[in-house]
Amino acid sequence: MVNWLKIMRKEVIVVMKAIRIFLRNIRDGFKSVGRNLSLSIASISCITITLLIVATAIVVSYNVENMTKLIREDFTIVTFINTSATDEQIKDLEDEIKKYKNVESIEHETKTQIADEMKNTSDDLANIIDTWSEETNPLYDTLLVKVKDTEKISDTAKQIEKLELVEDVKYGKEMVEELLVVFKFLEKAMIVAMIALVLVTLFLITNTIKITIFSRKREIEIMRLVGASNFSIKQPFVIEGLCLGFLGSLIPVGVTLYGYSALYEHFGGQLFSPFIKLVEAEPFIYVVSIVLIGLGIVVGMFGSYRAVRKYLKI
Amino acid sequence: MEFIKFRDVEKTYKNGVNAVYDMNLEIKKGEFVFIIGASGSGKSTLIKMLYREEKPSKGEIYVGGVNVAKVKNSKVYKLRRKIGIVFQDYKLLPKLTVYENVAFALEIYGLPTEEVRKKVLKALDLVGLKSRTKSYPDQLSGGEQQRVAIARAIVNSPKLLICDEPTGNLDPDTSLEVMKVIEKINDLGTTIVMATHDREMVNKMKKRVVLLDNGKLVKDYEKGSYSSYESN
Repeated sequence: MVNWLKIMRKEVIVVMKAIRIFLRNIRDGFKSVGRNLSLSIASISCITITLLIVATAIVVSYNVENMTKLIREDFTIVTFINTSATDEQIKDLEDEIKKYKNVESIEHETKTQIADEMKNTSDDLANIIDTWSEETNPLYDTLLVKVKDTEKISDTAKQIEKLELVEDVKYGKEMVEELLVVFKFLEKAMIVAMIALVLVTLFLITNTIKITIFSRKREIEIMRLVGASNFSIKQPFVIEGLCLGFLGSLIPVGVTLYGYSALYEHFGGQLFSPFIKLVEAEPFIYVVSIVLIGLGIVVGMFGSYRAVRKYLKI
Repeated sequence: MEFIKFRDVEKTYKNGVNAVYDMNLEIKKGEFVFIIGASGSGKSTLIKMLYREEKPSKGEIYVGGVNVAKVKNSKVYKLRRKIGIVFQDYKLLPKLTVYENVAFALEIYGLPTEEVRKKVLKALDLVGLKSRTKSYPDQLSGGEQQRVAIARAIVNSPKLLICDEPTGNLDPDTSLEVMKVIEKINDLGTTIVMATHDREMVNKMKKRVVLLDNGKLVKDYEKGSYSSYESN
């Protein structure tokens, strides 16, 4: 029992020491941001500028993606059904199409419904349509098919076309295919741009911090001489990097929070036409802010870590 | 029982310079040893190997029973904590106060703040700078800066104090002041190894003198002086 207590005391002392060292390193990390103010400001502004660009890239790419998604959701295969088909046959056809893997949903629109819809568009049209009876209605019953994967929309359309009782299939073939190519390109371009930006950010920040730390080579040398372990040398620098990253992300976060909200308000949530909707400000700007702060902190810490490591090899 | 032991030590630098060879040297606990010799005689290399800034190419170096040559890079800090080192250029951090410069060497061990304060003040008292705790290094004279560096080196009560030309930048009067402080530390039981060019000082101190020439130990005198080998 006594032995056990003795062992535990030793553990407690070790833990206390570690905590003390950690707290001191936090203190020193913050202190040296102030002590090396000019270089800290250089690092912070470097992080600020790159994060501003990253924030813009995130906002633009997310909006493009959102737009793409919205337009894609509108892609529909309109299936015209032979007028000879009975209600039961139409129901069977509906079930058949539902079995296809790529089919998201299916909606049956009878010719009467379509006629009613058309009536609402203009009075002239309404007058004509009013003369139609159930039998003389020249329109077709249609099935509106939405697909899961819009890239395979033409395959699915062909499949449907081959079915019995299907008169014709329309999905704006050319326009859809052209749009798909554009979207695919946009998505790839956005991904490449984002990766490139993050890499450039990392490179720039690592270098700026390297310069900051280079001026403190002597400090590291002395720390080694008086017996600081590599870990305890790195720690204050990494914490300093954390501070720099955090401070550097403040302005980009502010710009995102106020700037995007103002932009959204100004355009009333849509760009040029009601089809192009902006991503709603509310949860979006908070997510972007968190991403920016996280990115700043991670990049700052990583940059410092890499820069110090260079001076620890002997 | 010798505290420091060099056995068949040889050091060849990567560029082929043979800095030290055939080195056999023993230093007892509590001794005060001057390492003298012309520039390029291997003094600095010898000293650097003691605190494992350089690794010997051959042979063994024991400091307090530990083979320094075998200490891994990642464990060097453990050795350094047992050794105090003083340099010609003081190596103080200009942006820290005198107190912080000395405390720095203790804080990295995670000592409680109160204990750090006690030890720092004790060390500064020993070197006679207790009144300058809040000054910055560039507000001090060279001698005072060197005394701060000595306080930092001994604050952790090391068994060994290594001095690499500690008076190299100081005028004779100030040098004497610094030497007195180092002698006081020696009287308290710390082993001292000092590389120096300061002829006058060596003659005055009457301590053990080890003379190096072209990387070789050529003379080893108890209570020696510069003149004793010059006359031989």
